[in-house]
Amino acid sequence: MTMTLPAFHWIELVYLVATALFILSLMWLSAPTTARRGVWAGELGMGLAIVGTLFERGIIDYRWIAIGLVLGAIIGVPLGMVQMTAVPQRTALSHAFGACCVTLVGTAEFYLRSPNVPKFVMSVLSMEVILGGLTFTGSLMAAGKLQEVLPQRPITYKGQNLVNLGMLAVAVAIAVALVLNPGHRNLFPAMVGISLLFGVMLIVPIGGADMPTVISLLNSYAGLSAAAMGFVLNSKLLIVAGALDGSSGFILSVIMSKAMNRSFTNVLFGAFGQVQTAAAGAVEAKTVRSASAEEAAGILAAASKVVIVPGYGMAVAQAQHKVRELYDVLTKKGVEVSFGIHPVAGRMPGHMNVLLAEADIPYDRLLEMDDINSDLPQTDVALIIGANDVTNPAARTDTSSPIYGMPILDVDKARTVMVIKRSMNPGFAGIDNPLYYLDRTLMLFGDAKGFVGDIVRELSGGSHH
Amino acid sequence: MPGDALINALYVFMLAGFLGFQVIKRVSPLLHTPLMSLTNALDAIAVVGAIALAGAREAKFATILGTMAVVAAFSNVVSGFLITDRMLKMFKSSRPQK
Repeated sequence: MTMTLPAFHWIELVYLVATALFILSLMWLSAPTTARRGVWAGELGMGLAIVGTLFERGIIDYRWIAIGLVLGAIIGVPLGMVQMTAVPQRTALSHAFGACCVTLVGTAEFYLRSPNVPKFVMSVLSMEVILGGLTFTGSLMAAGKLQEVLPQRPITYKGQNLVNLGMLAVAVAIAVALVLNPGHRNLFPAMVGISLLFGVMLIVPIGGADMPTVISLLNSYAGLSAAAMGFVLNSKLLIVAGALDGSSGFILSVIMSKAMNRSFTNVLFGAFGQVQTAAAGAVEAKTVRSASAEEAAGILAAASKVVIVPGYGMAVAQAQHKVRELYDVLTKKGVEVSFGIHPVAGRMPGHMNVLLAEADIPYDRLLEMDDINSDLPQTDVALIIGANDVTNPAARTDTSSPIYGMPILDVDKARTVMVIKRSMNPGFAGIDNPLYYLDRTLMLFGDAKGFVGDIVRELSGGSHH
Repeated sequence: MPGDALINALYVFMLAGFLGFQVIKRVSPLLHTPLMSLTNALDAIAVVGAIALAGAREAKFATILGTMAVVAAFSNVVSGFLITDRMLKMFKSSRPQK
């Protein structure tokens, strides 16, 4: 039991203060005006806890700690400096690192203590390494898909769910055997190995559009595994931090699933992208109206209220800075411009807000779905850039549509709808969008960045005459 | 872990879970990405357990696993706080600041 905290009261008090600072940190994060204070509180708490730990009685050798901290900082700095478009994969990678730490510590603890591990400790220790193991490889897979090192397409096969559930069941069965007899040292690697494999298999069938939910879910698992580690080490600070992280990930997963009108199990076991291959055939006959940049600029200049709906396609085209120019030039002409942000726009929760904030668009112009939907009927122009499924009115009306029931941005209620799109190819999920065939809809065919740039040129050129 | 400590720990976990729910619910969706990177950095407090393991000189394998765990967790500490602050710095209001 060398890992339990020593009786030095002042270290316990340091941990108590750190815990309070962590809670304050998240409280301050609730609004943009106080959020940075939240980061400072978190940093202070973390610094206090780490320094306090260095004075722990059990620590006699500082060499390896120093090496670990230096290497961690060397890896951490570049990961903290990535571009904003790469934030989802960085986040997935950091879930993997967190889970990796937890799994390694859990493994070491088991071999140090076995066979004298009390039943409760062995149960939480098993939970720690099973959750840690599957989060480690699962997050690595997610990061690989987001970075496009791995195919983003969902990979499915017959009996997939059965295989996955079977693997999880075997891991849990080994955990039970270890709880009953912690002396089975050779069973432990099997439990860890199956969890690692399970993490891979869990993410294999998941496509890019489901990433916001999956990242949130992995976030929750990472937190729970850290809390389990807190139980093993009897560290209340770690239990609190893990519980906060776990509940945060859980809330975000619920929000993301609701925004896609899908259940957790459906995200994990559904392989969304597979379903729609048949839907693409019946499209050809319908006609669309298209417009040039000049015509689009004219309509925008005449509007008094414009709502821009950005999607992941805007980020892929790196068009956010051009969009900012459009925002500037329209605002200067007295047009009221706001942005409608769907909860699952982007590749992780809140991703689109970060990308637009990076382009210097004021955050009070970024409106949530419910707020923008009450504005849209009084809107002159809804301009859609790189978003598709989240604007699809079939989600409201067509019970046969795979996205039926998903809450969408009601852009079809605006007086004019403009959609910037490369071609008429259906979007990621392969679902046809009836929005494009409405009389009030104008299709602006072209690259998002180039087309927005052309509109901006027309608008600012016009002001010189 | 003696029975008392176990019950205490379970209470702490339960209360922190409810508290987390209430606190996180109030975070604006605007800041959900920084929320995730910040909770990630805070979660890397697991580094404390890794440090204790790496410095205890109990067994060679434990020192090696502990050191690797310190690397993994501390990189999260550094990158998590760094990127969260970079993101939050970008959020500006169009209304003049007081």
